[in-house]
Amino acid sequence: MSYLKPLFRHPKLPKNKLGYTQKEYEGSLSTLCAGCGHDSISAAIVQACFEMSVEPHKVAKISGIGCSSKTPTYFLGNSHGFNSVHGRMPSVATGASMANKDMVYFGVSGDGDSASIGMGQFVHVIRRNLNMVYIVMNNGCYGLTKGQDSATADQGSRSKAGSVNPFQAIDLASLAIELGATFVAQSFSGDKQQLVPLIKAAMHHKGFAFLNVISPCVTFNNNPGSTKSYDYVREHIEATSTLDFVPEMPEIKTNYEKGKSTRVAMHDGTLIQLNKLATDWNPEDRVSVANALQHARTKNEILTGLLYVNTEWKDLHGTLSTCSTPLNKLKETDLCPGTEVLKEINAGYR
Amino acid sequence: MTKTVNDFIIRFANVNGTGSASANYLFAKAIFRMGIPVTPKNIFPSNIQGLPTWYEVRVSEKGYLGRREGIDILVSVNPQSMAQDIKSVKPGGYFMYDSTKKLPTPYFREDIHYLGVPMMEMSNEAFSDPRKRQLLKNIIYVGALAKLLNMDYSEIEKLVGEQFEGKKQLIDANIQALKLGMDYVEANFDYPLSFHLERRNLIKDKILVDGNTACGLGAVYGGATVMAWYPITPSTSVAEAFEHYCEAYRTDPETGEKKFAIIQAEDELAAMGMVIGANWNGARGFTATSGPGVSLMNEFLGLAYFAEVPAVLVDVQRTGPSTGMPTRTQQSDILLAAYASHGDTKHVLVFPATPHECFEMTAESFDLAERLQTPIMVMTDLDLGMNDHISEPFHWDQKRKYDRGKVLNAEELEHIGRFGRYLDVDGDGIPYRTYPGTHPTKGSFFTRGTSRDEYAAYTEDGAAYKRNMDRLMVKWETAKKVVPKAHLYQKENKSEIGILFYGTSTFSAEEAKDILEENGIIVDAIRIRAFPFGEEVVQFIHSHSTVFVIEQNRDAQLRSMMIMELETNPAKLIPVLNYDGMPITADAIKNQILKHLNLENTQHHELSKTAL
Ligand SMILES: Cc1ncc(C[n+]2csc(CCOP(=O)(O)OP(=O)(O)O)c2C)c(N)n1
Ligand code: SF4
Ligand SMILES: [Mg+2]
Repeated sequence: MSYLKPLFRHPKLPKNKLGYTQKEYEGSLSTLCAGCGHDSISAAIVQACFEMSVEPHKVAKISGIGCSSKTPTYFLGNSHGFNSVHGRMPSVATGASMANKDMVYFGVSGDGDSASIGMGQFVHVIRRNLNMVYIVMNNGCYGLTKGQDSATADQGSRSKAGSVNPFQAIDLASLAIELGATFVAQSFSGDKQQLVPLIKAAMHHKGFAFLNVISPCVTFNNNPGSTKSYDYVREHIEATSTLDFVPEMPEIKTNYEKGKSTRVAMHDGTLIQLNKLATDWNPEDRVSVANALQHARTKNEILTGLLYVNTEWKDLHGTLSTCSTPLNKLKETDLCPGTEVLKEINAGYR
Repeated sequence: MTKTVNDFIIRFANVNGTGSASANYLFAKAIFRMGIPVTPKNIFPSNIQGLPTWYEVRVSEKGYLGRREGIDILVSVNPQSMAQDIKSVKPGGYFMYDSTKKLPTPYFREDIHYLGVPMMEMSNEAFSDPRKRQLLKNIIYVGALAKLLNMDYSEIEKLVGEQFEGKKQLIDANIQALKLGMDYVEANFDYPLSFHLERRNLIKDKILVDGNTACGLGAVYGGATVMAWYPITPSTSVAEAFEHYCEAYRTDPETGEKKFAIIQAEDELAAMGMVIGANWNGARGFTATSGPGVSLMNEFLGLAYFAEVPAVLVDVQRTGPSTGMPTRTQQSDILLAAYASHGDTKHVLVFPATPHECFEMTAESFDLAERLQTPIMVMTDLDLGMNDHISEPFHWDQKRKYDRGKVLNAEELEHIGRFGRYLDVDGDGIPYRTYPGTHPTKGSFFTRGTSRDEYAAYTEDGAAYKRNMDRLMVKWETAKKVVPKAHLYQKENKSEIGILFYGTSTFSAEEAKDILEENGIIVDAIRIRAFPFGEEVVQFIHSHSTVFVIEQNRDAQLRSMMIMELETNPAKLIPVLNYDGMPITADAIKNQILKHLNLENTQHHELSKTAL
């Protein structure tokens, strides 16, 4: 069940450039578990859209299936949303974007949704550089089906039931970079300071903007031994500094805070390190980004922040040379070649 | 020797990938241009090069466009299939072969005529380029046939000119090859053969085109802007035709800007997802696929049905199950399509029988999809899709407007009270929808595959779920009234017996009806053009004691649907089937019907005996 939030508005709530308060960007009351990382990401989206004065109805929210994919109900209540089928959000978003290039597309997915059943679509939407923001709320497990390991669960990570994951993890950020995603960022649901500006930057990006956000599942994957454990990551998140740049695209890299990192000690003694981007890092150089991610992995660190950005490649509309008028605004006169042309076509088949 | 004018079957036995297609097409098209009804069919393997392929041309003064058994003339240019090809000729028929090599003695039959033409030898002598030799060898047999069958040479010459417009060298080489064939016949055989052609004026303004081209063009006229697809025989040429005509008529010649987007998806799941996304966002999107693709699209089709998103899918059916015979025809996705997806789902299907209808029904499907807010599947097949058919010309009324269905704009949203996406305001089961981006504060809603109330809010309240499912049935009833009506062949019933058919079973069923009539058996006929079945279908079944349901699958799929949907007594619906991958023939239909009727007579007879 989703509940409508009380409509009461505090008269002194701050308004954005469009005259809307943050309330106008909220959605229904969440029904996720109290403390679920996904809710924090929803809140960050609300804040980012409010602060950017995005017209709420010019955003479309599309998701797959999972706890994460439920969240579009809980933000941007004045936007159309589409909770589609498991793992197939990218294709629905692709069709929607083709229909109307003038909107912002928020795709929300989970690690099960993107890294398992939807891996094919994840890969191909990157390849096409669809102009969208693609957020994976990554908790290393299948929340909605009660906690099975997902393909992003780290090898050796311990589940709530006590079993240890024997398989390699799929690193979605590395994969996205390998596949040529034009904007790749990594963050943590508890780090709103970092997440909000990243979302803003992603919305500014014309092309595929991927945000892999670690978002612990408090109910099924918050136990000691889990590398996606929430409590311990949260304890240290403040120390990972803030990322308070203004998301005007050319300035992103100059305002960058360099080289800070936070170590998270897990109960089993593993160390997790959340880093801001390292000094030998050039977010516009794919090779350096890939290297840095590999290095971080060997040291059990998770790099966060904006990892890679490429503003040169055409998005899908550019590649297909679609006209400037959104396709869904075209009328009979634009689309139908008419009776006279049909006569010629008929003549060609005689 | 008896003369048979404008009524024979000629089959070309070629090797896949040797350029025979254009020579064979030239032959068929020339007959079409002579004003004579002609039906060419490609019989090809799932292979790009090397395996046997056949091209069968039926010439029928009476205008029968279905396939007929029995080959009167066989043109053999494939040694690989020669033994089999010789056997396939009817007694009294002709076997034309490349006599560059001597025919092995076991290939001789007493009851057919042999026409040896040294095609390869002549081609090698006349042309130097090896590729050209190969291609023009095919043109030599067209030339030979022109003489043997009394074809109008000027039509062939004109066609060659059209095909190679501006390429004088090619035209000259083709003409030279044609002449070689003709001269050889003149010098060596009596001509014309007993089977031959005479010019007529039976074609009128009809066109010769394949169904896939018609579907692609229909989508252009129907206003489709987004096409997503994944390659699969026999549907691929729908996407190609759509692209071809979009490039021609929807691309700005100066800027290169396109009023369409075509995406070759990573699979059929993605293709369907894209179509649903596009339609949800107010564009007309469609896909084309075949059985395996429809299987993959099942989950999405259920979503579109339940979430009420328009979508158009062209299913060019082939022989299943699984990969089956991917280059052979069948009408065997009917059940799959009608009830695609889990849970209680039913989908609207339309059944074109001609290229004219492929065009019209594809275009109309976009109106139906948006009017009914549900997927519409255009059920064509390999025979219709990939073979050329004589058809009424494509038609478009200049005044025709797209029916975009019930969509509220910003102004309308201002003036209504609370917007309920799934409220049945008009009582026809069809609610109002809004496109994303319409209004800053009104009319937004959440589309989902989970159950919801009338205001699109998630709910697990069983009563609300049931109300929604019941409303979908109200919508289903509405669909019955707006889908293409069945075609009745008589104003009033003339018989207790009816025949019922759809799609490509039509041509042979019509021919069978005539044959039965010649044998003193009068039957009424109906051609189904859509599912759900309208009132006229119910009436037809109720007013006949026996209805033969003619279709091209093993399980009598449409018959099952009639039993399920119309609560008909199964005993009165008699299946007449063909499922060997070849188009059904009039003889097969006639024989099955006669067998049943004879059986019925004997049974009655015995019954009366026991009663005595
Ligand atoms: C075709 C299909 N298979 C299985 C499911 C069941 N299912 C629902 S959600 C889910 C996993 C979700 O995991 P994830 O994407 O990581 O989301 P989370 O709940 O962890 O946020 C599964 C397997 C389904 N809905 N559809
Ligand atoms: S099960 Fe896990 S992922 Fe799902 S809502 Fe609860 S905490 Fe969040
Ligand atoms: Mg998950």
